[in-house]
Amino acid sequence: MADGKPRVRVPKTASAGEQITIKTLISHKMESGQRKDGDGNPIPRQIINRFTAEFNGEVVIDVTMEPAISTNPYFEFDAVVPESGEFVFTWYDDNGDVYTTSSPITVS
Amino acid sequence: MTLSRRETLVLGLGAAVAVMMPLGAHAAVEDAIAAFTGGADVSEGGVTLTAPEIAENGNTVPISVSAPGAVSIMILAAGNPNPDVGTFNFGPLMPRQEASTRVRLAGTQDLIAVAKMSDGSFVQTSREVKVTIGGCGG
Repeated sequence: MADGKPRVRVPKTASAGEQITIKTLISHKMESGQRKDGDGNPIPRQIINRFTAEFNGEVVIDVTMEPAISTNPYFEFDAVVPESGEFVFTWYDDNGDVYTTSSPITVS
Repeated sequence: MTLSRRETLVLGLGAAVAVMMPLGAHAAVEDAIAAFTGGADVSEGGVTLTAPEIAENGNTVPISVSAPGAVSIMILAAGNPNPDVGTFNFGPLMPRQEASTRVRLAGTQDLIAVAKMSDGSFVQTSREVKVTIGGCGG
């Protein structure tokens, strides 16, 4: 599976102050740095080391990740949305890559 | 059977090494907690760690942490080569300070969650997870 393909599930609409559940998943091998290749050489670490979720620029959750987070990191958490806006999800790779995705939500 | 001086020394050294090894792993956990709390006292309770009692596959063990009133929660796996798992920092838009993820566990071990509360105090809890197939290296 190609690395860095994010998938998020955010409701499209909500009422003001409602608790919504957000689920995020990104395809990434999360190479821990503990494994060895066929010749016994250690495979260098390459993981996503940080994940953030923001709503209209305000931090919802900010996660520091270590190699003990599983392949294809998955997070589930709740949020309240005071107004219509956009969730922005960002993943930071060890190699400097940054993966982002956003999903709008309408508050009725 | 009589032991020569040399044999006695070797035996003593072996026993010392055997005692030191688990201590070394334990020290890493204590260091990680101390780095997170800054040396503050940590009390039990107030944080909930949900994990399966028996995990068949150590590569993906679903866990969830919850601590009402917390600003951040650190998770440690005491039996992993590197005990750090991750730290959740919660923003004001979260109605409940709760999150779920999936972690790797090298073998049967204790999971530890340490939460920093909004008043600056720290609480912790731990939970044993039995792992059938380890999730690190291989």
